[in-house]
Amino acid sequence: MGQISSPIMSVRQLNKQFGKGCEQCSNSDNRKLERNYCRACGTVYSCQNLSFDLYPGEVLGIVGESGSGKSTLMRSLYFDQEVTTGEAYLQPYKEGAVNLFQESSQQQKYIRNHLMGKVYQNPVLGLRMGFSSIGNIAEKMIAAGNRNVAAMEARGSELLDQVHIPVYRMKEAPKKFSGGMQQRVQIAKALSNNPPILLLDEVTTGLDLSVQANVLDLIKHLQRELKISMLLVSHDLGVIRMLADRTMVMLDGRVVEQGLTDQILEDPQHAYTQQLVHSLL
Amino acid sequence: MRIQYNFAFLDEGSKREIRRATLKAIAIPGYQVPFASRELPIGRGWGTGGLQLTLSLIGKSDVLKVIDQGSDESVNAVSIKKLIDKTTGVPATDATEAATLIQSRHRIPEVPLRTGQLLVLQVPMPEPLRMYEPSELETKRLHGEKDYSGAWLMLFEQIMKYRSVSTGADHPVMVNDRYVMAPSPIPKFDNPKMNYSEALILLGAGREKKIYAVPPYTQVVSLAFEDVPFEPESFPGHSCRQCGAEDVFMDELYDSEKEETYYQCNDTSYCLQRMNAQPLV
Ligand SMILES: [Zn+2]
Ligand SMILES: [Zn+2]
Repeated sequence: MGQISSPIMSVRQLNKQFGKGCEQCSNSDNRKLERNYCRACGTVYSCQNLSFDLYPGEVLGIVGESGSGKSTLMRSLYFDQEVTTGEAYLQPYKEGAVNLFQESSQQQKYIRNHLMGKVYQNPVLGLRMGFSSIGNIAEKMIAAGNRNVAAMEARGSELLDQVHIPVYRMKEAPKKFSGGMQQRVQIAKALSNNPPILLLDEVTTGLDLSVQANVLDLIKHLQRELKISMLLVSHDLGVIRMLADRTMVMLDGRVVEQGLTDQILEDPQHAYTQQLVHSLL
Repeated sequence: MRIQYNFAFLDEGSKREIRRATLKAIAIPGYQVPFASRELPIGRGWGTGGLQLTLSLIGKSDVLKVIDQGSDESVNAVSIKKLIDKTTGVPATDATEAATLIQSRHRIPEVPLRTGQLLVLQVPMPEPLRMYEPSELETKRLHGEKDYSGAWLMLFEQIMKYRSVSTGADHPVMVNDRYVMAPSPIPKFDNPKMNYSEALILLGAGREKKIYAVPPYTQVVSLAFEDVPFEPESFPGHSCRQCGAEDVFMDELYDSEKEETYYQCNDTSYCLQRMNAQPLV
């Protein structure tokens, strides 16, 4: 990959904890935790000192089981929740000089609407199920300041076509669609403003295998065509293998291993990664 | 035995509280100010918000006009007038230009309002974003951040469904370039009358416990997309069968004897006044 170029997104020392912490667990170097949980005070450390870079046009996979902190990380990056501490920089935003987590909520909305797209595992979080599909896609364009109906309708139709939803169904509500189609509408919405970064959170989990394969194919195809940078979260190493150039393995809120996906699959170092890879074979 | 009511029914403490909310509403054009809605001898949803404004503001030297969807003589308008008359002795009039205080449901009179007059509008649903976002906490936050994507999305949905903006009434407006406001279910025809109105306009929602205001000479712009302009109702080629008026808001009626539709001023006192001014044939 183009690792010579500078990253499009950099995350440094991202921490997210639920609870106040205590003497036993406040020091990140030697906290006594059961998995990510402090028995003494009940604090949960969902993300601990996460640092990584995402490069232009790259798909960075994040694999881990539920409770590993990968979805918490995604929510933090899309400002769905506040981080406890940490920094994130986006090259297309103020030339990567400003910590996104320190920006006002209005600026964070600007970043969400113009520079990012997100596809949620649960389509209810990403779509208004009772509104039309074209309206769902337009919502993101409206949020980015578009006030031209014809332009939004044209762009929305183009996107629906790209995600293989017949344009004549654009006025139907996602609640009438199958799970796979709902994810396609989410993808179309996420892409509507041509964001340089796409966040994908377990997008195929819960879908039938054949439908999964179709959605993954679509993502792969769009990624090649649009050269969009993606953060791809999954508990399924098979999904990661299919799409990710590089991979981070997360366990109990920490990154335990990272590297080229092929390398990790061939020669896993950490015991947990070895277990994951073996279960894949 | 006759019960002695306080002047204008409400006790002085309640009136003061309503006036305080009203002053705040005038100071922040278009912003919904909460108030402790009182019980009145008419049911909530029958104009109690407007009535509380009227009762808290009426003085002995006022001249009152009450209209219900253009009619001074509807049961609802008459019973409100009776209540106010019984508890204040303030005379009522049908003539818009003679009134100092006008309470109205779903219309702004045809006779242009002037400085010194006060228009009170009854509001069933004060929150323009409610259909988009059910949570009051969330809509308050959206107003705070001036995030009106939801209002635009609802208009977009209508255009997708009906190929035009189908809001016959309560078409959302931007007040003073800051707050999006529900103008109450007045026809779109009346929206432009709010823009730089010489009279103070107060809006009261009894059930929803909100007061808001358009102070005199305040900009009020009806929301419209670049390529789908705001279009008030118009009645090209039609005139009022009774008074011959053309540029007014008209009701379409059906004459079963002649088997034809005809048009008539919706504002009955305006129509009567015009007829009275015409020479007898
Ligand atoms: Zn602790
Ligand atoms: Zn007439």
